[in-house]
Amino acid sequence: MPKVTTPDIDSVLEKYPGQPQFLISLMQDVQSLYNYISPQHLDLICTHVGVPRTRAWSVATFYKSFSLEPRGEHEIKVCLGTACHLKGSPRIVESLERELHVCRGQTTGDLRFTLDTVNCVGACALAPVVVIDEEYQPKTTFRKLNKLLKGLAE
Amino acid sequence: MAQVALRTQEFRIGSPADLADYQQQILSERDPNRPVLIVCHGTGCLANGSPKVADALRQAIARAGLDAQVVPEIKITGCHGFCSRGPLVILQPSGLFYQLVKPGDAEEIVQTTLIEGNPVDRLLYVEPRTGEHIVHDHEIPFYKHQQRIVLKNIGKIDPTDIRDTIAVGGYQALAKALSTMSPDEVIDAVEQSGLRGRGGGGFPSGRKWRIAADNLRKNPGPMYIVGNGDEGDPGAFMDRTIMEGDPHAVLEGMILGAYAMGATQGFIYVRMEYPVAVRHLQIALEQARSLGLLGTNIMDSGFDFDIQINRGAGAFVCGEETALIASLEGRIGEPVPRPPYPAEKGLWDRPTIINNVETWANVPLIIDKGADWFAGIGVPHSTGTKIFSLVGKVNNIGLVEVPMGIPLSRIVDEIGGGVPGQDEFKAVQTGGPSGGMIPYALKDTPVDFDSLTKVGSMMGSGGMIVMDQRDCVVDVARYFLRFLEEESCGKCLPCRLGLKAMQEFLDRFSKGQGTPEDIVELQSLGQAIKDFSLCALGGTAPNPVLTTINYFRDEYEAHLAQQTCPAGVCKDLITYSIDPELCNGCGVCRRICPQGCISGEKKQLHTIDSNLCIRCGMCFDECPVDAVIVQ
Amino acid sequence: MTKSTKKKASAPKKKKSEPTKEKADFIGFTIEGQLVKAMPGWTILDTARHYGFHIPTLCYHEALKPVGACRLCMVEVRQNGAARLMASCFSYPQEGMEILLNSERVQNGRRWLMEMLLAACPASPEIQKMAREFGVASTRFTAEDPMEECLRCGLCIRVCEEIVGAKAISFGSRGVTKHVATPYMVPNDACVSCGSCVAVCPTLAAQTRLDKFRGDLAQRMAHGHQAPHAPQAHSAPF
Repeated sequence: MPKVTTPDIDSVLEKYPGQPQFLISLMQDVQSLYNYISPQHLDLICTHVGVPRTRAWSVATFYKSFSLEPRGEHEIKVCLGTACHLKGSPRIVESLERELHVCRGQTTGDLRFTLDTVNCVGACALAPVVVIDEEYQPKTTFRKLNKLLKGLAE
Repeated sequence: MAQVALRTQEFRIGSPADLADYQQQILSERDPNRPVLIVCHGTGCLANGSPKVADALRQAIARAGLDAQVVPEIKITGCHGFCSRGPLVILQPSGLFYQLVKPGDAEEIVQTTLIEGNPVDRLLYVEPRTGEHIVHDHEIPFYKHQQRIVLKNIGKIDPTDIRDTIAVGGYQALAKALSTMSPDEVIDAVEQSGLRGRGGGGFPSGRKWRIAADNLRKNPGPMYIVGNGDEGDPGAFMDRTIMEGDPHAVLEGMILGAYAMGATQGFIYVRMEYPVAVRHLQIALEQARSLGLLGTNIMDSGFDFDIQINRGAGAFVCGEETALIASLEGRIGEPVPRPPYPAEKGLWDRPTIINNVETWANVPLIIDKGADWFAGIGVPHSTGTKIFSLVGKVNNIGLVEVPMGIPLSRIVDEIGGGVPGQDEFKAVQTGGPSGGMIPYALKDTPVDFDSLTKVGSMMGSGGMIVMDQRDCVVDVARYFLRFLEEESCGKCLPCRLGLKAMQEFLDRFSKGQGTPEDIVELQSLGQAIKDFSLCALGGTAPNPVLTTINYFRDEYEAHLAQQTCPAGVCKDLITYSIDPELCNGCGVCRRICPQGCISGEKKQLHTIDSNLCIRCGMCFDECPVDAVIVQ
Repeated sequence: MTKSTKKKASAPKKKKSEPTKEKADFIGFTIEGQLVKAMPGWTILDTARHYGFHIPTLCYHEALKPVGACRLCMVEVRQNGAARLMASCFSYPQEGMEILLNSERVQNGRRWLMEMLLAACPASPEIQKMAREFGVASTRFTAEDPMEECLRCGLCIRVCEEIVGAKAISFGSRGVTKHVATPYMVPNDACVSCGSCVAVCPTLAAQTRLDKFRGDLAQRMAHGHQAPHAPQAHSAPF
């Protein structure tokens, strides 16, 4: 993960005019660069676009893609879209929760994995789909996933 | 890509003549007889490894040392729609269609097909009912019975190269409108075509545009055009396919709309789960700008319009237009009551037109071929075609485009190839979490806006989910409610509290608890939520519940009166056991059971202790010989 | 009944040379069969209350912009042969509308809302009283938090934003986990301790949260309003 240094954040801020409408786009850039939005960065963003901290905090907690806490090195997203649901994705989520000892939406204590669910990634012919680090795993089963995760943990 | 940027900078399109010249130039540089090997890079094929297939083909071709004239071009395109058969490779111009292609097949394709000129039989599509091999894509029933007009370019063009789009006639509608039609005439054409919103609401697009244009006249100032690419319905990927595979169709439609209504700024709101769509749209915008098709003084017509892309941040509710507007303004995605409608007061209180990207993609066709042509497709109050994502328990999962009014059964049978292993479907869900389940008894329902509403469902964005006897309607209703509960903005009481309240009823039903009176009460609660909710998320949330009670009451009653789940799904009402005739004693189930409640010796029959079994279903999923039974 | 005219009641027409309130500017419609006249800019709720009709509300306050969130003020509107339900606090009447305050659909919606509210805010006597008014004495739904009184109407947030201007509180999260809080749920030094949130709150929810919003007063006064600027990140209660 890249180091959080002030020069970096300035170059991100500079990409956007200082207007409230850019709050979300700016937060998205910060989220993807640093894997989460720190309180310091939230305040810098607020000042740049000109919104009170309450608004930025509301936005950060309303939209599920933002995280106010550091996320894991590897992001596991289990698709819960209808096609995947019919092919058993809820069971996959439960089995991953058991295996990683976290609930959905949480990150493992060693900050290695974040387990999330997502509502349909639009690859329904591959159901059940699990996205690991932006790569789509088609027709997953728990056994296949377990192998993959063990590989990533090394 | 850098080469493309360089080429387009040399040319600026300032008139229809320029566009025609540019198209000619592009076509003259291409040999129409040169074979093109298309490797589908739609999301489904991508996840199934199509890039490796493309690489393998490139290497095999290089190794074969073919003559310069016959070396095929390898083209990467968007989704061909037949997702259950990917990775797909199609040879143009003949349309030779290969399915389930692996990198290891590359050598044989080069040798047998490119050099010897014969198809590789084992890669051809096999018609399941007759067993015959079908060679060309247009002969395959999945494609034959469709009417692909909005999707016509997808799978044939490289979406990251605008020259492909121009070669097949892209932006000719815009040229025609800017040079021969007044803005009002463009609105007229859209009105007369009968186009209705493809995002779910089905509101007549032309009428909406007319209202916005009138409002702008009364209240001069900025006006905004928005493309809604938020596509949140689970099981729907029509908009994704268009944005990824033919982004210029959306751009051209929006530029036409901006011209018609007097907008100078547009936005495309793409859900963040679609990064490839965002990328392809961004590339398309840059390339269109560099050719003078977007930005200031479009095609030297004096009309300015540009488009910005905003990404969603993980909120299904932002597909609702007022919530989308809030998100564009950098606020939380909470809908507001309407009226006033965005056409009167939308983004920053200015007249705003929001249309789904599929709706926008229809506009260039209407301008190019005329309103009458468009109105001649489909049925009178639902003209044109609709793209559906056909998923679930159906043989041919994928993206289909059909004329409005086609009977549901034709989509599922002729195009979908029927339900695997069964003769009839149990239900088809249209409209996603806002829609309803249509039972087999109503299989001949015409698929158009009003017919679907009449049977209690709705068109929605185009998700079409086929269910079979192993799907429990109570479970599916619970699923949709859980989905909406997570996505509710929480502003209004009927939705925030009501979704949970309906779930309480259904959770108890799934455990076999409840009385017939509870079913009646649930219907009353559903009606209250429909009536009182602030926006369509809450307002349509009861639909899956109400339609399933309407059409599958006996299944609800089986849960309550007989404590059974006929489909074998509801955990509290089922038991898992192992079929002694099928079990081969491999022990996979025993090792994988999280409760350790399966016992058995190697190569001996294994058994499940149902007292300890938590019905997680892992043994059922993992058994290599399908010996686990659910009752 | 009113003669239905073609005049649409949109923005009031103001001619600078004439008095602003002309008889022709009134919008005539009916509420429960009674002829009423709305001044330009009056909502259906404003008009109803002017004439003494009772419409329950929870998220409405005359000093704040209406949001139509609680949906308690829903009325049935019959117009041009069609019927639909609208939030009266947010909607403007049109000439010839027939408004029903207690139709079957309105009553059905209200009674379910009250029953759900009883479970959502089990500790609020105000909610219980309102529920009794509509014949709802108990609830079959699960009360997640027996101490809860906040119905997420947002009045506290709106008064803090629109009137006081301190903008110290807002909604965190969404859906069933939506809650009223200061950023990161630590006391916000933007709070000026005016108590407006308590004044507009329909229950005692704001009062119980006030100390969480403003923090320890003694500490703040001692440090001259220097509450920590960059608070530790807290996880929101999802």
